[in-house]
Amino acid sequence: MSFLVTEDRASQKTVIWRMVAGLGVAALFLVPYAVMLIGSLKTRSEILSIPPSYMPREGAQWSNYLTMWDTPETPVAYNLISTIVISLCATLLVLLVATPAAYYTARFKFPGKMVFMFLVIVTQMLQPAVLTAGLFKQMLAMNLYDTWLAMILINAAFNLAFAVWIMHSFFASVPKEVDEAAQIDGAGKLRVLFKINLPLVWPGIVTAVIFTFVSCWNEFAASLVILSTAENQPLSVALTKFVGQYSTAWQYVFGVSIVAIIPVIVLFMLIEKRLIGGLSAGAVK
Amino acid sequence: MSVATAPKRTAKRSSAREGGSFLAALPWIGPALLLILAIVVFPAGYMIYNSTRKISQVGTDLKGVGLDNFAKVFADPALPRILLNTVVWVVVVVAFTVLISLALAQFLNKPFPGRTLVRMAVIVPWAASVVMTTTVFYYAVDPNYGIFNKFLTDIGILDEGFGFTKNAVPAMAVAIVVAIFVSIPFTTYTILAGLQAIPNETLEAARMDGANRWGTYLFVILPQLRGALAVAVLINIINVFNNLPILKIITGAIPGYSADTLMTYIFKVLQFDRRLDISSALSVVNFAIVLVIVAIYVKTVKPMKEV
Repeated sequence: MSFLVTEDRASQKTVIWRMVAGLGVAALFLVPYAVMLIGSLKTRSEILSIPPSYMPREGAQWSNYLTMWDTPETPVAYNLISTIVISLCATLLVLLVATPAAYYTARFKFPGKMVFMFLVIVTQMLQPAVLTAGLFKQMLAMNLYDTWLAMILINAAFNLAFAVWIMHSFFASVPKEVDEAAQIDGAGKLRVLFKINLPLVWPGIVTAVIFTFVSCWNEFAASLVILSTAENQPLSVALTKFVGQYSTAWQYVFGVSIVAIIPVIVLFMLIEKRLIGGLSAGAVK
Repeated sequence: MSVATAPKRTAKRSSAREGGSFLAALPWIGPALLLILAIVVFPAGYMIYNSTRKISQVGTDLKGVGLDNFAKVFADPALPRILLNTVVWVVVVVAFTVLISLALAQFLNKPFPGRTLVRMAVIVPWAASVVMTTTVFYYAVDPNYGIFNKFLTDIGILDEGFGFTKNAVPAMAVAIVVAIFVSIPFTTYTILAGLQAIPNETLEAARMDGANRWGTYLFVILPQLRGALAVAVLINIINVFNNLPILKIITGAIPGYSADTLMTYIFKVLQFDRRLDISSALSVVNFAIVLVIVAIYVKTVKPMKEV
């Protein structure tokens, strides 16, 4: 990180203006989440009071974070578990399926490779939302309607393309000589992949994993039509049930949201630096 | 970026890498292929098939009706307004997102103390679920207990709380603001990645030639961002076009279809009317529009010309 001396010869005054503007930008992007956090600490009567208060008048109600798990609108604890199980399993499935495909297509030529990569691009253009009508009927027919497995498969399939694409770029950047040397030493393809390549491309894998995980964590449209039992639904769907009620328990909506958002934000912050590299490798050429 | 090299050019050298047959590749690409065929290609075909059937409200396939479902869809008096809403929704959201992100990326590429913290703040709406972000906006603009309405009355812009989500036009406006807000992080980061890939020599050369700031930006930086912009715009168009939660939460309580896009309409038909056949036909229309947009875009802008 650079300090007050900057490479584009900015004056001290310019730098201070940038810091002020930066503070404004940061505030603008954080305000909704500050509202969320403060709201989660109000009592039910206060959050619905007219006119509203900016800060909790009756002191911060941290107890909301204990009582929110037991609300009549939706079984929040189950919804959180659903979100976690579906997102983790789908991410794992993507990793298992995308890594060999990305490695092989980056390293070897074979008939049908162009068709396969084309299929991957087309998939990347689609989202479950476009196909919900088809997915709904298909899952009914396959007896997977209203199951976690259905959503794991759907999330994995629609996020596969991006993972293959990102990892493909990373594998392609590893010099072939590295592979060849290992193969001369008698290592099989699987060994070359695991022992030689994976350690070199892990930034690509991290990027792919985070993108997949976040996309599964936030998936909404398919879950809405595929999962009908309240206990099976992820938070994204469950939380919409609060909205539009006579007296919405906003403090719980916000408390649950904060709990669900924090781990993802932490994940993103850990890879903030890598994000730009990952994006340039995967998309920007 | 150096990490992205085209594989086909370098793959030629060693004969050990050629000669693979499709069968040899199958164990490696097979699982991915299976997942794509089973969960993307098959439902797409099945949806097209369903759009030509008459299906009861409990899901029983009754008979083939040819293109009747499509005739019903196009004769639907609500359709023109829905299509207009869809176009406004996509064009306004994507245009503003890209313009704001261009400026923001340019700013975040300049060095200043605390820049990393500002960049992290900009990521937050990306990490936070769209449903959750939309929900807090919906709460904040409530005319009675909404914080945003209170703020606007406190600083004297409004005399009393305004029911932003009660009528189609202001509700769409709020939804558009939310959509721009949640689209900015990804777009900004993609452009930022593009900015960092511009060689310093290019900028130095422009400065030596005496180009002013705007000149440098328009004729040196912007053309270099072409690749990043092409990808960002395409992904935004697709995401915004297919976005459901923002409009569902913010305009969902408005009766009728005056604040619906094609996407939210498909879901209303599927969830409330339980008409799988009509909703499949609508989805096929939607699907076709997405494919046409993507095809035209890929053809003219060539965002993936190196692939």
